[in-house]
Parts: sequence; structure tokens; C-alpha cells
Amino acid sequence: MRRRLAVWHLLGPSLLVVLVAVVGAATPPTIQFQVRSVLVTAAIVVALYAFVGNSGVISFGHVSFVAVGAFAAGIASAPADVKPSTFPKMLPFLANLEIGNVQSLLLAAVVGAIYAFWVGIPLMRLSGLSAGIATFAVLIITHNVIRNWEAIGPGAKTLALVPPTTGFLQATIGLLVVMAVTYAYQRSRWGRRLRATREDPLAAQASGIEVHRERLIAFTLSGALAGFAGGLFVHLLGSITTEQVFLDLTFVTLAMLVVGGIGSMWGALVGALFIAGLNAFLVELEKGVVVAGRDFDLPSGTRLLTLGVIMFVVLVTRPSGLTGGRELSWPLRRGRRA
Amino acid sequence: MIYLQAFVDAVALGTLFALVAMGIGLVFGVIRLVNFAHGELLTAGAYALLFTKGMPIVVRIVVSLAVVVALSAVMEVIYRPLRTVSPATVLIATFAISFLLQNAALLAFGTQGENVEFLTELNKAFVVGGLRIRWITVVGLAVGGLTLAATAWVLRRTDVGLQMRAAAADVQMARLLGVPVRRVVVMAFLVAGLLAGVVTLVLAVQRPLITPTFGFQVMIPALVGVVVGGLDRLVPAALGGFAVGFATVMLSSLLPGAQRVFLNTVLFVLVITILLVKPDGLFVGRRRAVERV
Repeated sequence: MRRRLAVWHLLGPSLLVVLVAVVGAATPPTIQFQVRSVLVTAAIVVALYAFVGNSGVISFGHVSFVAVGAFAAGIASAPADVKPSTFPKMLPFLANLEIGNVQSLLLAAVVGAIYAFWVGIPLMRLSGLSAGIATFAVLIITHNVIRNWEAIGPGAKTLALVPPTTGFLQATIGLLVVMAVTYAYQRSRWGRRLRATREDPLAAQASGIEVHRERLIAFTLSGALAGFAGGLFVHLLGSITTEQVFLDLTFVTLAMLVVGGIGSMWGALVGALFIAGLNAFLVELEKGVVVAGRDFDLPSGTRLLTLGVIMFVVLVTRPSGLTGGRELSWPLRRGRRA
Repeated sequence: MIYLQAFVDAVALGTLFALVAMGIGLVFGVIRLVNFAHGELLTAGAYALLFTKGMPIVVRIVVSLAVVVALSAVMEVIYRPLRTVSPATVLIATFAISFLLQNAALLAFGTQGENVEFLTELNKAFVVGGLRIRWITVVGLAVGGLTLAATAWVLRRTDVGLQMRAAAADVQMARLLGVPVRRVVVMAFLVAGLLAGVVTLVLAVQRPLITPTFGFQVMIPALVGVVVGGLDRLVPAALGGFAVGFATVMLSSLLPGAQRVFLNTVLFVLVITILLVKPDGLFVGRRRAVERV
């Protein structure tokens, strides 16, 4: 039973992802893009969960790894014949580089991991609000450097002509990979040790767990996944600016995680699907829809207002998130009991 | 000379951030809640000033202060269900309120922004020994100092202040000893609202263009300052806010021209360094465990 439950914790959410993708693929093209972006956003949120959920330390800095991954994958895979003229100050090595889709995603993951490891060495000593502000500082620094150091980034310009390879297949497989890695980590001995430090740091240390090391492992893994998700993101959009992977994305992804339930991967997924789905739905409403023969559209701006209200109401009525921070329960057992 | 001028400007921005930081620190000290929506108090006050444009100055000030304090009281009520939930949830929930208010302002007033035309004479500069000093810098310093002193006096010399400090030190114990914790929390929000109201007046003179992110722009650096300074106590929090404002201006004048775009990098590397060396706050001494506000 226990083993079956463990499989179900990964299989159940995966089935939901596949269902969303299959249903999404059957919709009109404009909505298809929305569904694909919901899937990629979910990958970012699950990557964020891998660290925040298991360690209990809030990170405002994970979008840095998404940004680093997105620009690594984007710059490496954009066509080499236009880059040197569009970005004259870029290092020749980067400007002349042109690698394939899968390689660029792997590159994004590696770059994300290295950056997170390097940043994590000093930062993982902090916890609570100091950790929050320090990771926020990382976000600001990353944004500032990518935006202004034109040898490695696009500067204030848009990085365009990135091959838009994140279709339904890539978005779905990408999200499933992120989920599988996260879940495998969570059930590994490292994951369990980190979760022990989340529950009671003192007791965990007394049992011989090194908090700093466990957090650093999770941070690096989470950075790799976030970088990978960033790669998916840039291949979804086809063009990207530094502003798209900055404050807004940070707060949106954190809100998704907390609304879903910070303590479980199922929570991360549900929160992402719920808020990103709602957001996509409201985008369509703002554009206007026809209901029962009558034109019906919301004034633009209502979308963000509604999102804010719903986020707050969910947090007040269900403070531990929609899922209560639990993994997906086994549906048949509940049925038998009833 | 150029550095002296930068020094004057640095003090001006520092004072402003210190005032915002004090409001955040006061509420945090009493109920351990980082109010992300603190900046929206300033925005609300600024829009109140905008809508009373053309009326007598006293009316404008009173209306603005009243709006800010009222909104702060409303926030206290809205945040009540959050007392028992985890810090992460509180952070995101107050952020949701900030997000909501910003977007409400956006929907109602648009992104364009409008000039508030409030006490514009104070924004003019006078020259002393080659230094250009704006009147509002002097006024801001005076107002900041007075407000800090007044708040400190309320906290140390009045019953309400004593109760606030008791609640900040240990809510359970304070409640057992008969401190009306609910009323104390309301008071903390009212005082924080009043502080925010005062900041609004100073800020509206310095930055007369009122937009939906009017308050949010100063809230973020002030919040960083609060954490860097030490958010458990009022004076360290205010000093932290001052330090961030001061460092921003000084660094931008010290960095050579081409490197100036990396101002934020230098500033936030400093922030990380300070957090690593003194995680409890730069201006927190050894007495830290004794009292919080």
C-alpha cells in the first residue's frame, strides 16, 4: 500500500498534467499558447518548490536561475548569423554559438545549477527574513548584470529569433521531468534530511544533519530545475527581455506555490495550474467572449484585480494552501471508507 | 564639493527611507507581520492630496492623513485572520493586498500619473557655500527627527507604548498580565498609519508625480533597509532605512560614469555582505533580546 501510494504521488499529478496538455491541444490556437505557458509556469513553480517546500526557507531569488537559464538557452540557440550584428558587444564565442534545442535546455540546467551552487554557499547560512532579503538581493543583482553587461546578455534589447520549440510535447515532457526529479529528491535520503531541518532545525542538527549542506544540495538542484524551466520558457516565447524574468514572475510564482500549498509537490502543481489557468481564462475574458449571443467583456485591468482578491481569499480561508500541503491522496481508499 | 553635494542629497533620501522603515518596523515589532502593502498607504495618501488639489493646504493635509490612517486601520481588520498562519503565508497575503491596491489604482487612475502640486515652494533650492539644498530636505529632516522622537516618546512614556512593548516582547505573557493585545495591535496600525501619512506629505513634495506605484517604489528599498538594520527594533530599523537611502546616493556619485549602471549590483552585494556578517541587523547591539520596539 505504502509503495503504491508513493507511486501515486507522482503518477496522479502526472496524469493531471497529461490531461491538461491533451485537452489544451484540442483548443483553438490562441488558447493553445495560454495552456502551454501554464505548463511552463508550473515547471518553474515545481522547481521553486524543490527548495522552498522542502527547506521551509522562502527564496525570492529563484527567478534569477530562471533568467540565467532562459538567457543561456536563448543566446546559445539563437541563429549565429544575426547575433553579431544585433549584439555588437557580445563576446565572439557567444555570438557565434548556435546549438540545438535539447543541448540548449541541458545547458540551461547546468548554468542554473552552477549559479545556484555558487550563490548558495554563502546564502544558505541564513534563514527567515534575512534569507528572503538576501535572495531578493540576488534577483536584483542578476537582473542588473544581465541587463547592463552587454558582453554576455542582450542589454536593454529584446533577445529575439530563439527557435520556438516548446510546443505541447516539449512543455509536457519538460514539466514531467521537473516533477519526477523533484519527487525523487524529496523521497531520497537528502530530501528527508532537509525536511527534518524544516520541521525542527535544532533536533535535526542534534541528529547529525548538517543544515547548511542539505540546503545547499536542494538549492543547487532547484537552481538546475529552474534553469531548465527557464530554457523551456525562452523556447516558448521565442523572444525575451530581462523584465520578463524579474519581479512580476517572482511574485506570481511564489504566490502560486503558497496558494497551492507550500509543503507538497502536488500543492505546487495545483497552485500553478489554478492561478495560471485562472489568469489565462481572465485574459480571454478581457479580450471579450460571446455568452448566449451577447457580447461580454471585462474592462482591462480587472484580471489582476480579480487575481489579487482570489489569492487573498484563498490564503485567509485556507492558510496552508488549497492542498493543505499534502500530497495527492489515493482516491480509491477514500471511496472504500465512505 | 561634488561629494558634499552628494552627501546632502544622500541625507535627504536616507531620511525618507528611514521614515518608511519606521512604519514597517513598528507593525513588525508588535505582531511579527511584514506589511507589504505599507507602500500603498503612501499611494492612497498621495491620491488624497491629488483629489483635494486647489483646496486650502490644511484641508489637504488633514484629508490625506485621515485617508492613510483609515486605510491602515482597515488593513488591521483585513489582516486579523492571518494571526495564526505561517510567516510565508502572511508575506504572500500582504503582498496580495499590495498587488490588489496597486491594480485598483491602475484601473481607476491609469499609469500616466498626475502632478500633485503640493507645497511646490518647498521643492525649490537655496544655496549655502555653493551647495544646493532643497527646502524639503531640511523640512524632511526636521519632520523625520521629530516623528522619530515623538514615536519613541509614545513607546517609552505612555501606557499604550508600554503595552505595545510588552506585546512585542511576549504576546502570551502580556495577555496574561492583562494587556489588551487587540487594542494594542490596533494602536500599532494607527501609529504606523500616521507615520505613513507624514511620509506621504514629505514624499509628495519631493516627487510630485503621483502614479499607482508611488509608494511601492520607496517601500521596497525601505523594507530592505529594515531587514539590514534590524527589524526587531524601531531605531535600528529606521537607521537601516536611512543607510540604504544614503548608500544609494553616495554610491551613484562615487562610481565612475560607465559603471554607474551597476549601482544596484554594488548596493545589493553590500546588503548580502551585511546580512551574512550580522544576520540580526547592522544596528542591533547585544541588548537585542530585551525589547523589540
